[in-house]
Amino acid sequence: MTKPMLKMTAAFADVMPAEYVELVQSGPFGKGYGVADLGSFKELIEEHPLCAGCGLALAVRLIMASLPSPEDTVVVGSTGCSSLAFPQIALQNIHSLFGNQNAVATGLKRALTLRFPDKHKDVLVVAGDGATADIGLDMVLHSWFRGEKLATIMLDNEAYANTGGQESGMSPEGCVLNMAPTGKKFKKIALPEIARESGCAYVASVTPVQPRKLEKAVRRAILVAREVGPTYVQIFVPCPTNYKFKPQETLVKAKQKEKDQTYPLREFITPEAQSYLAAIEGGGKRD
Amino acid sequence: MKNKHKRWTFARKYCMLLKGLQLFYGGMILTKYRVLAGPEGYLPPAAACEGIALPDVGYALIEGREVPEQEALSAIVDKLLSAKRPFFFPGPNVLWEWKAGVAEKAAAVRKLADTAGARVIPMPDYRPKYPMINPAIEINPNHPNLTIWHNKIDVCVFVGVHCHYANMALKIIRGGTDCYTIAICGEAGHEDANITLRDAGIPQLEALTAMVAERRRLS
Ligand SMILES: Cc1ncc(C[n+]2csc(CCOP(=O)(O)OP(=O)(O)O)c2C)c(N)n1
Ligand code: SF4
Ligand SMILES: [Mg+2]
Repeated sequence: MTKPMLKMTAAFADVMPAEYVELVQSGPFGKGYGVADLGSFKELIEEHPLCAGCGLALAVRLIMASLPSPEDTVVVGSTGCSSLAFPQIALQNIHSLFGNQNAVATGLKRALTLRFPDKHKDVLVVAGDGATADIGLDMVLHSWFRGEKLATIMLDNEAYANTGGQESGMSPEGCVLNMAPTGKKFKKIALPEIARESGCAYVASVTPVQPRKLEKAVRRAILVAREVGPTYVQIFVPCPTNYKFKPQETLVKAKQKEKDQTYPLREFITPEAQSYLAAIEGGGKRD
Repeated sequence: MKNKHKRWTFARKYCMLLKGLQLFYGGMILTKYRVLAGPEGYLPPAAACEGIALPDVGYALIEGREVPEQEALSAIVDKLLSAKRPFFFPGPNVLWEWKAGVAEKAAAVRKLADTAGARVIPMPDYRPKYPMINPAIEINPNHPNLTIWHNKIDVCVFVGVHCHYANMALKIIRGGTDCYTIAICGEAGHEDANITLRDAGIPQLEALTAMVAERRRLS
């Protein structure tokens, strides 16, 4: 989204719905906001329809507040609970057919690079665990093998939440869900390690319990993808509806898993990405 | 160039005629699809699939029939002034000032709407709106019928809506409502509208405004 597009024509300003007026007045574009500023600007155009206490909804808001240049970012999403939230974000976004997100993002990134050779256009893939680690895994892996300069973020609620609770490859072994009544029979996929071995220059797994850490991981993933190569961030986003806990317990659940290491936090950085980050992070918060 | 254009037009019209003639089993009845106000029923056909082609440069379509632009301008004025509840639906191309010249075009659209006594409901973008839209103040291409029903709109004007979304919305309106649709299109026109202009810019908008004002003055 370029800044001039966010100017309304005077002739119709009086009939524009309030949320668009607010977006123009207090959107995030060109302001350099971070997660600490959440609540003081408009990162969602309207209310999203996700469940109360949804960890995924919280993570989406935190991601929106962590972008280095929201006005030059396009999010590519996929089917799942997040696809109900994405139409409401104050950012250009494309919904791709379930599982195709990294292929769609590849084409988009290449086209944007040709069209704007002197500018960074950040293409950010944000999709569920089913879309990333199961049905779209071939697209995801091949985008990494090819070295596409994309940042891929997985919203890991450890289930196919939007379709009522089937197990995904990311569900923990033994977990029982609505449509996995006998418990999952194999281990959670180690996608951060697979990402590291598949060509990602920066890999992190985080939770919304530590928003600053999440912000740092998302920013690093986007910045490294600009110059070095593909990146991957996995965010644990507990789902109260399918894992059947109270909405107010979402962060408690995430904290618990962080503490007992059942959701290990990781950060893998290649030496090339490390020296790039050292160069740009030395100079302050914003690039 | 002129001859080439004539030959092309003739060939196109010949093909259209063949395409438009539909042979029904039993009765041997020849019909040509007409893009009329609905309700045409769930999933109406795209007019293009029924043989309706976009108008040539300098022409327009009235209910699928190619006519000179001037004839369509008069028909638009008739429709706007005889409507009980005419509404304009400006789209992103005229709501957002994304390039030079847009502000002037938007002002010309607004002047036409105001002169015709029409209300304006914007289509600021094409996002699917979950869980619902507010049909009193906005229109969405994915369910434009909600805004038409809610406001009891009998004539509407699309302007500044990108091609694909305009065609989709126009088809949904024809399918589920009896609203008469007009497209003031700056590109090649919309065969799914009941009346469509093509290449319409400030000159056409100003001509329409002058015609509406004159008709109002005389009535
Ligand atoms: C090609 C295709 N296959 C299957 C589906 C059905 N489907 C919709 S959402 C979904 C599960 C999504 O799971 P995940 O990616 O983990 O997202 P979540 O809803 O958990 O956030 C599935 C299988 C679909 N929409 N399209
Ligand atoms: S089902 Fe789970 S992931 Fe989906 S919106 Fe509800 S709480 Fe969020
Ligand atoms: Mg999931």
